[in-house]
Amino acid sequence: MTPLTGFLLVAALLFSIGLAGALTRRNAILVLIGIELMLNAANLNLIAFWRYGPHPERLTGMMFAIFSIAVAAAEAAVGLGLVIQLHRHAHTTDLDAINRMKG
Amino acid sequence: MQETISFALATSPSGIAHSLWLIPAAPVLASGIIALLKQPRRKTAGTLSIGSLAFSLLLSLIAFGHVVAGWSQGLAVRETVSFTWLQFGTTNVDLGWVLDPLSAVMLVMVTFVGLLTFIYSTGYMAHDENYTRFFCFLSLFAGAMLAVVIANSLLLLFMGWELVGLTSYLLIGFWYQKPSAAAAAKKAFLTTRVGDVFFLLGMVWLFAQTGTLLFYNNGAGSMEPVALVALLAQPAALGLTAAGAIALLIFAGAAGKSGQFPLHVWLPDAMEGPTPVSALIHAATMVAAGVYLVARVYPLMQAGIHPGGSTTALTVVTWVGASTAVFAALIAVAQNDIKRILAYSTVSQLGYMMAGLGMGGVAVGMFHLITHAFFKALLFMGAGSVIHGCHEEQDIRKMGGLKADMPLTFVTYTVGMLALCGFPLLFSGFWSKDGILEAAQHWSVAKAPFYMLVFGALLTAFYMTRQVAYVFFGVWRGKKSAHESPAVMTLPLAILAFFAIALGAIGTPLWPWFRAFLEGRAAGFDLHGFSEPGLLALMATSTVVVFLGIGLAWRLYSSESPSPEAPDPLEKSAPPIWAILRDRFYVDELYGATVIAFYAWWARVADWLDRRVYGGLVAAVARLFRALAHLNRFLDTNWVDGVFDKGCEELSSSGGLLARIQTGRVQTYLRLLAVAVVALVAILIWSSRA
Amino acid sequence: MSPVFWILATLTIAGALAAVLLKNTVHCALALTVAFAGLALLFLELGAQFAGFAQILVYIGAVAILVVFAILLTRGSETPKDGVFSHTWLAGLATAAAVFAVLAWAVLGNAKALPNQAAMPSVSVHDIGIALVGRYVLPLEIIAVLLTSAMIGAVIVAMHDKEGAK
Repeated sequence: MTPLTGFLLVAALLFSIGLAGALTRRNAILVLIGIELMLNAANLNLIAFWRYGPHPERLTGMMFAIFSIAVAAAEAAVGLGLVIQLHRHAHTTDLDAINRMKG
Repeated sequence: MQETISFALATSPSGIAHSLWLIPAAPVLASGIIALLKQPRRKTAGTLSIGSLAFSLLLSLIAFGHVVAGWSQGLAVRETVSFTWLQFGTTNVDLGWVLDPLSAVMLVMVTFVGLLTFIYSTGYMAHDENYTRFFCFLSLFAGAMLAVVIANSLLLLFMGWELVGLTSYLLIGFWYQKPSAAAAAKKAFLTTRVGDVFFLLGMVWLFAQTGTLLFYNNGAGSMEPVALVALLAQPAALGLTAAGAIALLIFAGAAGKSGQFPLHVWLPDAMEGPTPVSALIHAATMVAAGVYLVARVYPLMQAGIHPGGSTTALTVVTWVGASTAVFAALIAVAQNDIKRILAYSTVSQLGYMMAGLGMGGVAVGMFHLITHAFFKALLFMGAGSVIHGCHEEQDIRKMGGLKADMPLTFVTYTVGMLALCGFPLLFSGFWSKDGILEAAQHWSVAKAPFYMLVFGALLTAFYMTRQVAYVFFGVWRGKKSAHESPAVMTLPLAILAFFAIALGAIGTPLWPWFRAFLEGRAAGFDLHGFSEPGLLALMATSTVVVFLGIGLAWRLYSSESPSPEAPDPLEKSAPPIWAILRDRFYVDELYGATVIAFYAWWARVADWLDRRVYGGLVAAVARLFRALAHLNRFLDTNWVDGVFDKGCEELSSSGGLLARIQTGRVQTYLRLLAVAVVALVAILIWSSRA
Repeated sequence: MSPVFWILATLTIAGALAAVLLKNTVHCALALTVAFAGLALLFLELGAQFAGFAQILVYIGAVAILVVFAILLTRGSETPKDGVFSHTWLAGLATAAAVFAVLAWAVLGNAKALPNQAAMPSVSVHDIGIALVGRYVLPLEIIAVLLTSAMIGAVIVAMHDKEGAK
């Protein structure tokens, strides 16, 4: 098992854990936590491929990861703002109870 | 007996021959117009009928004059006009009319007697509420009869024949509310139908053999030598040739129409109709149509004859005619209804005509037909006048002494009666009947018909004198007093009486104009006509017979005051014979027991078949279809609809199922996304691997 | 595989698991922070120093704090009555397991094809700066706009509604 494989597996595991959290927890904020974990796993993937990829001097992976971090930050801000607004309206953050868009 | 035509034949149609079709067309047209009129327009109906028949009379006289003119120039006129009516494949069915001496005299007789009857009817039917209907039918009858007379095609003759039968039915049953009248009409129609079936058979056979139904067609007609020779060569059953068989079949039709034994049963019952109907149809014209038919197909009847001999057909005609003459005269002796006596007298005289045709040829039979038409119409109309004057009484035992109350009727009636009896020299009946007796005397096959006909003459004189004695002499036995009829009824009587006397002039041996005219020979005054062997003896014999008959009856009946309860003098002397004669030899009863009973049984069988078997079949089919319809409905409701409804239900429920994905919960959507991504990635990896 | 990697990997994974499994939401947030730290160290292990420090600064310093703030603002520290896992937790777990299975299959299946560079690249901040304003100037500017709009958006979204519109 090469180092790259190891990092990729770690990233995959992290991604799955984050996904599991997003899918199973009731609290909306924990869903966002899960999403943050997923994003981080993706970042790890990017850095790992940058490190063990063919042209590290081009800094492609690093740049991508940095931008991803920036975007994630912005997204976390907006998302949490939304959760707060949701809480104000529904008086709960329980996602099981929020099904007004039910078909 | 038959001499060859000595005049040249003139066959090209003249102007009058081309217009001959107008003669029957005018009355038929009048009938049609009257049929469309409303009931109360009596004057219009009467005027139309009389006018149309007068027009026909005029044309007939012109035609007659044309033929006489030709005869006087030494030409035997026989002009035909024919046209193709039907065409199927290469076979043609032609219709057409012919103008020759036979049709010319018949035309004049029918139109003249018909016109007088029409005028008489305006008086006789004046109080009847169905006046217009009467004249409609009467005109139709006149048209049909004239069509029979002018027909050159056996088919056209048959069509007119059937139409004449129809109008006879309509007129006999004119007062259809009376059950006896309706029954009599039905009887007349059905009995003549029996004869008509044979007629039709003969006609079809003739057409099949000769390929044409035209009588005369410039050598190609069925009555012309070529066709006759072919028919003679063809053998049929029972030793007859095709010619003989066809002739007998056609004669069967004539026998039905002319009331010969055994198809005579309808004629006496036909007296249920109004008296003008009896006068015109059942005395002068329709019943004469049978005799006319035999005269028309005489070449066929005569085909193959040896000089001085006779053919099978003619022999049969003679025997039937002679037996009918005696048979009917016997029955007439014992009748008490004034019209029935005359009816049986008609049957008897028709027998005379047939016998005359059979033994003496066309001229002999036709002469008696013409004279009989006049005096029989006269007698019937006179009887009608008597009935009218006696307030609708018809039993002669309830009349009497009318010679004082109804003098004009009495005189004319007596003239007619004497003509019928054959009173010597002065009256036409004597000459015509003597012509027949002379032919019978010289008939080579047998002498019996002669004696039968002489006996018949005796009976005729007897029963006519009896009738006149009861009606006009003695004391009045009725309830109300009798009165004379109006002029519109007595004037035709006078005219007919004149002709009953005058017509004799054209048929005497002194000047045999009629015979020569019909046979296309020259005729001149021939004082040696009386010197034929046996002629004077014959005239003496018939004179004696007539006087004997009149005398006997006068002795028995002139002083009698009969009543319905008291028996007739003859009855007193021989009750069983009288009973047989009065009951008409039980012929009607025989028919009722055999033919009609069988027919009723057969009708019941057919009804059973129809209702049970065929009706059952139809009902079964209907039931089958109902069952099929039920099955159809069942299938439709349960299977088709069911399937359709099920399908729709499934669709909605699956829609409901799918809607469950829309839970409204974010995590569900995310989960679905993840699953989809997994699937896609797996596919990608797998495909890149493979 | 160096032991450092294993330790760091274990740390990160443990933190992530804790973040997802713990009942108390605040504990989850803190566990998340540990996970972030582990990741940063992994970045450093991989030689991406700038990314590592950026991770610490942004994620731990901002996002985690933000999460804690949100938890506090929404009273997420209170444990709900029906439990913290949704009633469809098994389906979610199965899905996550499936995802991991597929990813692992992809990685392990192509292990031979993956490149294996041994030499550590030397990257200086100077290089990153040059790259940012050189090659990646457009994404940089867009990120700037994004951050601005996100900030404004977050403020608007989380703002109290006007009185009377409720």
